[in-house]
Amino acid sequence: MSIFVNKNTKVLVQGITGNEGSFHTRQCMAYGTRVVAGVTPGKGGQAMDGVPVFNTVAKAVQETGADASLIFVPPPFGADAIMEAADAGVSLIVAITEGIPVLDMVKVKNFLSSKKCRLIGPNCPGIITPDECKIGIMPGMIHKKGHVGVVSRSGTLTYEVVDQLTRLGMGQSTCIGIGGDPVNGTHFIDVLSAFEADPETHGMVMVGEIGGSAEEEAAAYIRAHVTKPVVGFIAGLTAPPGRRMGHAGAIISGSSGTGEAKIQAFKENGIHVCENLGRIGQICKETF
Amino acid sequence: MKIHEYQAKHLFAQYQVPVPEGRPAFSVAEAVSAARELGGYPVVVKAQIHAGGRGKGGGVKLAHSEEEVETLAGQMLGMTLVTHQTGPEGRTVKKLFIEAGQQIQKEFYLSLLMDRATATVVIMASKDGGMDIEQVAATTPERIIKVHVNPLMGVQGYQLREVGFGLELPSAAMKGFSSLLSSLYKFFMANDCTLVEINPLILTSDDQVMALDAKVDFDSNALFRHKDLLKLRDLDEEDPMEVEASKYNLNYINLDGNVGNIVNGAGLAMATMDIIKNAGARPANFMDVGGGASAEQVENAFRIILADTKVKAVLINIFGGILRCDVFARGVVDAAKKTGVTVPVVVRMEGTNVEEGRRILSESGLNLTSASDLSDAAKKIAAAVN
Repeated sequence: MSIFVNKNTKVLVQGITGNEGSFHTRQCMAYGTRVVAGVTPGKGGQAMDGVPVFNTVAKAVQETGADASLIFVPPPFGADAIMEAADAGVSLIVAITEGIPVLDMVKVKNFLSSKKCRLIGPNCPGIITPDECKIGIMPGMIHKKGHVGVVSRSGTLTYEVVDQLTRLGMGQSTCIGIGGDPVNGTHFIDVLSAFEADPETHGMVMVGEIGGSAEEEAAAYIRAHVTKPVVGFIAGLTAPPGRRMGHAGAIISGSSGTGEAKIQAFKENGIHVCENLGRIGQICKETF
Repeated sequence: MKIHEYQAKHLFAQYQVPVPEGRPAFSVAEAVSAARELGGYPVVVKAQIHAGGRGKGGGVKLAHSEEEVETLAGQMLGMTLVTHQTGPEGRTVKKLFIEAGQQIQKEFYLSLLMDRATATVVIMASKDGGMDIEQVAATTPERIIKVHVNPLMGVQGYQLREVGFGLELPSAAMKGFSSLLSSLYKFFMANDCTLVEINPLILTSDDQVMALDAKVDFDSNALFRHKDLLKLRDLDEEDPMEVEASKYNLNYINLDGNVGNIVNGAGLAMATMDIIKNAGARPANFMDVGGGASAEQVENAFRIILADTKVKAVLINIFGGILRCDVFARGVVDAAKKTGVTVPVVVRMEGTNVEEGRRILSESGLNLTSASDLSDAAKKIAAAVN
C-alpha cells in the first residue's frame, strides 16, 4: 500500500507539449507511471510519444478515464488549469507550476471546497510511490520502495532527505512535496493522517521551513492523532525576518513563522527533531 | 513589492479612499513649493523610505512656516534614518512627502491582508491606532477586530458594519467609514495586494475618516498583470546586488556573514545557511539558482557572489535532480575562469550525473575543495574562514 497514488493511477498531463511538460512526462513514463493523456488547448488530435493529446481536460477524462492530473502550465494560467481539472472530475491534481498569484490560489481553494478532489501544490515537486507511480519532477532513481513516509514543503531539500534514507537502506512508502506557496491544496496534516492510516508506512519524516504556522498545527495534530514515530526538520533558522527566502511562503512576518517557534512546537509534541541536515538519515535510522 | 507612502496614497485617492492632500518632493526647493501649493500651515514633512517606524526615528515632523519646511527638508534629505525595521545601518532618505496637517480627534488601526491558513482576506481593525499592532495582538488581543472575507463573495455590508461599530465610531462617521473600507477592499483585490495597512486611520474633528499613513505590499507573482504598478518600484530601496541577481532570475538575498553560498532549491538553500551557522561560520547570502538552472545562470550566480567583498570563502551545495551536476559544474568552471577565484571554494555535489560533474571540476585545474557529504562540507568551510 501507499497513499494517494499507486500502480493503477491513470495520469493526464496539462501542458504536455511544452518544454518542461514534455521532458517530465517522458521521465514519468520511463519510471513506469501510466500516462494516458495530455491536454494542450489547440493541439487536440496530436500525440506525444504515443500519448493522445486533447483540447480539454473533460474530453481527456471522458476518453481515457484518467483520475490524476499533472500540471505544467505557466503561472498566469495555473488557477484556470486547476479548476478545469477539478470540474472534469479528476480526483488528484498535482500542480508543479511556480509563481501562481496568491489571490488566484485563494479563489481556487474556495472553488475546490465544493469539489471532491485533492490538490497537491502548487510550486511543488509532486508525489511518488517508489517503483509504482511518479507524478512530478523528482529524480526517480534516488527513491527505494519501503516504509518511511516523507512530506515536505521543499523540492531539492526533500531529495537530500530521501537520498540519505535510501543510502542507509530505508525505503519510502510515498514521498510528497506539498509546495512552498503560502496558499496550497494539501497540508501537512492531510498527509500525516493518511500515513497514519497506511499499514505500509511505519514512520514519517516531516520537512518544514520558516513562514506561516502549518508546522505548529501539524505538531499539535501529531500529539493527538499520530502513533507512528515522526522525525522533523525545519529549514531557515538563520533567515532574516521580513525577507522572502525563494519560496513565496517562506517569510517571517513580525514574530510569526520563525524557525525557533516551529522547532519548539516539534519538541513539545514528541517529534524527533533533527537539527543537522547532514544527520537526518542517521536520526531516522535510530528512531524507526 | 513594496511602494512608498506617497505612491500608495496616490492610488488610494484613485479608489476614493480619503487621504489628506499632499505632494512628493525630491529636493528642498520642491518641498517649499509643495508646502506653498497646500496653502496653509501646519504641514507635515515625511521621509519616504520602505520601512515603518519613521516617526520615532525622526522622519516625520510638523512645520508651521515655510522657513521651517525648508530647514526640515534640508535636514531630512540625505539623512540616514534608522527605525526598528531598517536594521542598525538605516536607510538614506532621498524623497519626502509634504502633507496638509489634520485636526485629529481619534486614531485607529486598519489593515487588509491575505490569511494563508484560511485562504481568505482578513480585515483587522483596532481602536489602538498608531500602536505597534503586533504588540496589541500579544498583550490585548480582545482589542483587535478580525473579519474574514470570502474572496468569491467579496466584502458584505454586515462585515463593514461589524468593523465600524466595533471601532465605536460616531454615527456621523459611519457612512464615510463603510465607503472607505469597501473602496479599500476593491483596491486590495484589483491590484493583487498581500497587505494594505493604515496606521493610523484618523477621525478628524469634523467626523471625517481618513488614511493618515499608507503601507502597501503587492504580490510579486501577480505583477505580470499590473504593468502600471511596475513603474512604482524604487531601486534605491533595494540592495544593488539583489537588483543585479534579479535580472538573471536568481533568488538572492544579501546577508552580513562571510561565507558565500550557491545552492539549487529554496529549501536546501535555507538549510545550507543553517549548516554554515552550525559549523561556527556565518552565511553571507541566500542564493537559490533554482531547480532547473542553466549554465549561464550558474555563471552569473558565481560572479555575483565573488563580487561581494565580505565573502571569504564559498560553499557550493548542489543536489542534482532537474539541474544535472555536469551542467552545473561547467557553469562553475566557466565563471571561475572568467572572474578568477580569489577565495577558497568548497563543492559538495550529489545526484544526477554526479561522477561526470566531479570529473569536470577536478580536471579544470581550479583550486576547488571537494566535500564528501554535508557534514564534511560544513567542517571544510568553517576551517577555511576561521
